[in-house]
Amino acid sequence: MCSYIVEKAALVGSAKGRKGWMRIDTANVYFDHPYYSTLDHVLAIDFTNEGEGGRDRVAVELSADSARALVARILAALASGEAAHEPADEPAHEPADGRPGRAITDSTAAA
Amino acid sequence: MSPYLALQAETVKFRGHNGDQGEAYYARPIAAGKYPGIVVIHHLPGWDEWIMEVVRKLAHHGYAAISPHLYFREGSDSPDDIGARVRAAGGVADSQVIGDVAGAIAYLRAQSNASGKIGMIGFCSGGRHCYLTACTLSGIDAAVDCWGGNVIVDNPKDLNAKRPVAPIDLTEKLNCPLLGIFGNDDANPTADQVNRTEAVLKRLGKNYEFYRYDGAGHAFFNTWRDAYRPEQALDGWKKVFAFFARHLASAATSVAAE
Repeated sequence: MCSYIVEKAALVGSAKGRKGWMRIDTANVYFDHPYYSTLDHVLAIDFTNEGEGGRDRVAVELSADSARALVARILAALASGEAAHEPADEPAHEPADGRPGRAITDSTAAA
Repeated sequence: MSPYLALQAETVKFRGHNGDQGEAYYARPIAAGKYPGIVVIHHLPGWDEWIMEVVRKLAHHGYAAISPHLYFREGSDSPDDIGARVRAAGGVADSQVIGDVAGAIAYLRAQSNASGKIGMIGFCSGGRHCYLTACTLSGIDAAVDCWGGNVIVDNPKDLNAKRPVAPIDLTEKLNCPLLGIFGNDDANPTADQVNRTEAVLKRLGKNYEFYRYDGAGHAFFNTWRDAYRPEQALDGWKKVFAFFARHLASAATSVAAE
């Protein structure tokens, strides 16, 4: 099928495109024929800034299974990442150079 | 049919809807003579290399073929980036497409090689546009709808300001022979929707031919896609060229180069 169906997600974030980093405010998400992939259908995501005209985008095309797997990994990364960055209960320690700092947790050990 | 091996293909300027100047890909045999014209209406992804291959293929078979860039108002950019912006904006308005196709027809008629016969062929959303245009414009001698979805609109909420009318509701005004090419595994249009479209054409006594292919889904002519089905596509193209030969030949048409 070819359709004009687009799910729009309002975002706060940034993406690196052909011109470097740019702020993004929208993800246009659709399941349809791809432009580049040879798959029959892809889950396509166009990250763009519609507030600035939407002329630049960072585009992704994924198989349906990959998209579902990515959703799961995104949620897992958020869960573990937010847990790893929870403010520690112990007081901030004094680094060797005398500047005030925070205890650094090695989050890789939890992966 | 002897192929027309000497061709000229290039991007040209044309006047579309509202007199807007846009670009089109135009290919025709070089040999002097008169050739039927065919407007190629591109698919939703955009005015891409595959559509240009189709234009050249038609020229190879003895037609002056032109594909107007329906998204030219988005400016110059890669076809996929332009197509993505058009999709994000909800597509292009039917009235604009009809105006652009009319402009492409006018371009063909203005050429010194014009035989006076005009055909259209559209793919995907272009198939729907072809059906719509064949019900709207006069002076078209043959129309080919390749797997155009949304000719039938089952959910009225799918109609909007850009696409206010389901093409099926205009079928009574269809004023030229219509060829339809469909894959039975397509999800839009489904086999049921194709059957229902045919029922309307039959009820209204329209001149049409529909061909449905097993083992094929959407866009099965497209050699750039996983959907490509060589056996079905080869037969489908034979049907297309036989249809155009029947309806676009005229006394003015050049004899095929021997």
